[in-house]
Amino acid sequence: MTETPPVDNWATDYDLFDDAYVKDPAPVWKELREKCPIAHTERWGGSWLPTKYEDMQAFVRMVPELSSRNPLVVSQPRDEQEFDPVLAEYGNSAPPITSDPPDHIPMRRMILPLFTPKAVEKHRVFVEALCHELIDGFIEKGTCDAALDYAVYIPAKTIAHIIGVDADRIDEFIGWVRGVLEQNVGNVDERNRYNRIIRQFFGELVTERKANPKDDLISNLLAQEINGSPVAKKAVVGMCNLMLVAGIDTTWSSIGSALLHFSTHPEHRRRMATEPDLLPSAMEEMLRVYSPVTMAREVTEEIQTGDVTFKPGDKVLLNFPAANRDPEVFENPDTVDLDREKNRHIAFGIGSHRCAGSNLARLEMETALRVWFERIPEFECANPAAVEWAGGQVRGPRHLPFTFPAKKVRG
Amino acid sequence: MRVKVNADKCEGHNRCCALAPEIFDVDDYGAATALNDGNVPPELEAKAKLAVENCPEYAIEYIKD
Repeated sequence: MTETPPVDNWATDYDLFDDAYVKDPAPVWKELREKCPIAHTERWGGSWLPTKYEDMQAFVRMVPELSSRNPLVVSQPRDEQEFDPVLAEYGNSAPPITSDPPDHIPMRRMILPLFTPKAVEKHRVFVEALCHELIDGFIEKGTCDAALDYAVYIPAKTIAHIIGVDADRIDEFIGWVRGVLEQNVGNVDERNRYNRIIRQFFGELVTERKANPKDDLISNLLAQEINGSPVAKKAVVGMCNLMLVAGIDTTWSSIGSALLHFSTHPEHRRRMATEPDLLPSAMEEMLRVYSPVTMAREVTEEIQTGDVTFKPGDKVLLNFPAANRDPEVFENPDTVDLDREKNRHIAFGIGSHRCAGSNLARLEMETALRVWFERIPEFECANPAAVEWAGGQVRGPRHLPFTFPAKKVRG
Repeated sequence: MRVKVNADKCEGHNRCCALAPEIFDVDDYGAATALNDGNVPPELEAKAKLAVENCPEYAIEYIKD
């Protein structure tokens, strides 16, 4: 991916897509946290990179000085969106993740009830059956790609099931999301192409449901009101877009990172296989150490913080993954401690934009790991050098060649 | 021991409810509240402490009577 010159100075010229950084960013964060602690770069459109937990806690609360209207770590130029006919018809926002006050809270309250602990619990049976079915597909072979044969399909098929879209098109949906989030950071036209495809798809679906309501999620959203007015069709298209785009790469990354960790740390793998009660704390530790998501904010009013001045128009990254390695908050932050009891990590973000799907993500990840360890307690990464990482907005392994003792599908 | 969820700080992470469902509940928008007026029986004090120490928003506090 990197065609840009190598980095000499990470404090003034960091590169989010540097291969070594994408594979293991923690050493860079440690160095920056000690000497900076907020780095800057002109690369990829320019941004600020904070590294301390307390800074992330502070920045999420600076609303509206730090706006959410542009939460991608590499922005799309505004004028290219405004003249696009598809985006003009179906909108280009993704509420509530792209919303600021006063729209944010009413939009967010439309989707929060879909993702409460009780609401997501109803999907557990579906997720568990899905995990078993995926494992049935490769357990007799003794090899699989844990990223592409397992981890990716768990959030993708679950969210398709919840939104009520055609499960047969799942590989297409995954391709669209990767096209927007990870594969085209340097190619705005191509990224926009996928953005248009998703908008068009949901735009047509929402139009159809508006004419013929069914008992499904889209019809439910269309029937809601904000301040006494029906919710705009564009807002519903944006919400569907959000659920698809934010719901797939993220959880895929968390499940994949955890499986990679256990495949390369046999002592941890053995504990997971023999101590099922370890799963809750181990999963939170995986989320802390391998936090996938970095979000961005756009500065709307000048902010002075330490020695740094953010100017209007600047992009500030909410580097939740680095915050979760801050030694001021976490004892031995770079050590994986599956029993860690005090774990105030912020992998799902914090503040008013906390990941609305976090309960669903946790249910998917917990089920994915539990079923995996029940069926495949012994496994290893066949070729650690072949593991490929995506980085930037969402960091996680995209290719995980595993081997394990082959078994009959059932029994 | 008594605990209280600060409604202005809670953002619905649901960590308290997951770690100590006997003590906390969440509503349809994810907002947490302490059950039983926040009173924590001695056998649940360790769980309450876990909830306090895992809240990403620092939204749960001990109440001194």
